[in-house]
Amino acid sequence: MLKLQAKHPRAVRWFHWINVPLLSGMIWSGLLIYWANDVYRVGWGNVTLFHFFPGWFYDALNLRSRLAEGMAWHFLLMWLFAINGLLYVTYTFASGEWRHLLPARHSFRQAWQVVLHDLHVTRTLPPQGKFNAAQRIAYTSVIFMGAGSLVTGLAIYKPVQFSWLTWLLGGYQAARFEHFGLTIGYVLFLVMHTAQVIKAGWNNFRAMVTGFELVNSIEPASSVASNALASTGCATSIPATDVSAIGAIAEPHGTSIQGVT
Amino acid sequence: MNDLPTKVEPPDDSARRQMRQRTRRSFVCGAAAALSGLAGWAWLKSRANEAGLPWPLRRMLDANETLARALFDPARLAPNFALGIAREPRVNGLLGLESRFDPARWKLRVESPALKKPLVLTIDDIKTLPRVEMVTELKCVEGWTVPVHWGGATLADFAAKFGLATRSGKIPDLKKNPADLFRYVEMVTPDMRYYVGLDIESALHPQTLLCYEMNGEPLTLEHGAPLRLAIMVKYGFKSIKRIGTIRFLDERARDYWAEQGYDWYAGH
Repeated sequence: MLKLQAKHPRAVRWFHWINVPLLSGMIWSGLLIYWANDVYRVGWGNVTLFHFFPGWFYDALNLRSRLAEGMAWHFLLMWLFAINGLLYVTYTFASGEWRHLLPARHSFRQAWQVVLHDLHVTRTLPPQGKFNAAQRIAYTSVIFMGAGSLVTGLAIYKPVQFSWLTWLLGGYQAARFEHFGLTIGYVLFLVMHTAQVIKAGWNNFRAMVTGFELVNSIEPASSVASNALASTGCATSIPATDVSAIGAIAEPHGTSIQGVT
Repeated sequence: MNDLPTKVEPPDDSARRQMRQRTRRSFVCGAAAALSGLAGWAWLKSRANEAGLPWPLRRMLDANETLARALFDPARLAPNFALGIAREPRVNGLLGLESRFDPARWKLRVESPALKKPLVLTIDDIKTLPRVEMVTELKCVEGWTVPVHWGGATLADFAAKFGLATRSGKIPDLKKNPADLFRYVEMVTPDMRYYVGLDIESALHPQTLLCYEMNGEPLTLEHGAPLRLAIMVKYGFKSIKRIGTIRFLDERARDYWAEQGYDWYAGH
């Protein structure tokens, strides 16, 4: 029997979706600033494999000669980004949500099993909670990255008032590089996260908007159901938007849930 | 699989209906939030320009400045580096340096409400002040930094010697008698094409030099000879080259780049 099951608390959904424009705005204004001294690259000596960023990239996004504007936006949005992030962290601790989010004892071993599963090397998945091991690691890491951005950002925003911090980070240029590297990290996270959410499907995505997902109440956390699902963007239950889809997903594992529906 | 019930049972229908309702409600709410966000963005971008920025962005920079000035501690210093790593910074701009100029005939004009009439000083007047050297980073607003060996006199010593910064004529004391200080300093090139504004506490910071030597040599013309500013609690664009006039005042001093959309405070 299908039923609605609460998944993401309202606060978490707001923090999550508010962060989308804020982080986008931070990255965009950061690019306006970075353009003025775009010295980073992948390469060695005279060999450059990739330059951050190629000319077409600046042209395509209209990022050139807008340093002052970029700084003004960056120093406005930084407050909102920091406040939203701090509220999120406070909330997860106060509400107990952290139990679903922090890596648990077996998370690192399990995350590896999830990776193998996603790469179609193995067919079995470790037990999935609200968030699986790989998700726990990813979602915790990205919070530390956020904190890292605030800290490295502060070190280049006020390098004299916080000279001890700038020194700890290896100096002004090191802190600037770290600040940039974290941003590249977000972009990689976003690519991965988006791919996983697409793979996990509508029921999972909808839960981040509505807070609820449709689950099959007879086998709420069954391994049958979990096995049938994509892993790291997703959760416990069957995406039960329509009956034929359930059949189609369950079938390859040789377990029919027709009796259930 | 073939004997899947063709007719979906009512409880499932009910769950789906509830889910549809919640989905509709949440997406409508989300769309409204997204639209108000977009509207806010569009509103902000379309505000009247104030010195090169929509005024809400300018207000935000000013608010950040208020906070930074409240927390500013003149005892905090930019790190000093070993002499050996000092380099010559790139000449990044010639604003205020392009007019015909004879360094031999240069005089520094100094204005302050504390003076009956402006002072006119020579480079020797500056050189009689206690000589200070430091190896600190020039931090350009563009994002690059260069450690430079600066030589000169602190603006604090200069202001104290000629009684420029205070209403009473006494030695400036930021902590004990801040009201006695004029609040701002303006510096202008002789051709008046480039000018910077400083808050008084940054101007009197121990690493704010009236600089006449760079990396052990007299300043070159392109680096601002005969006298430039080297201020470490600001971005590099505040370190004005070829100072013609120094003015102590209570009104917020004009600043070339702050008129072009940059932060007036630009403080570190």
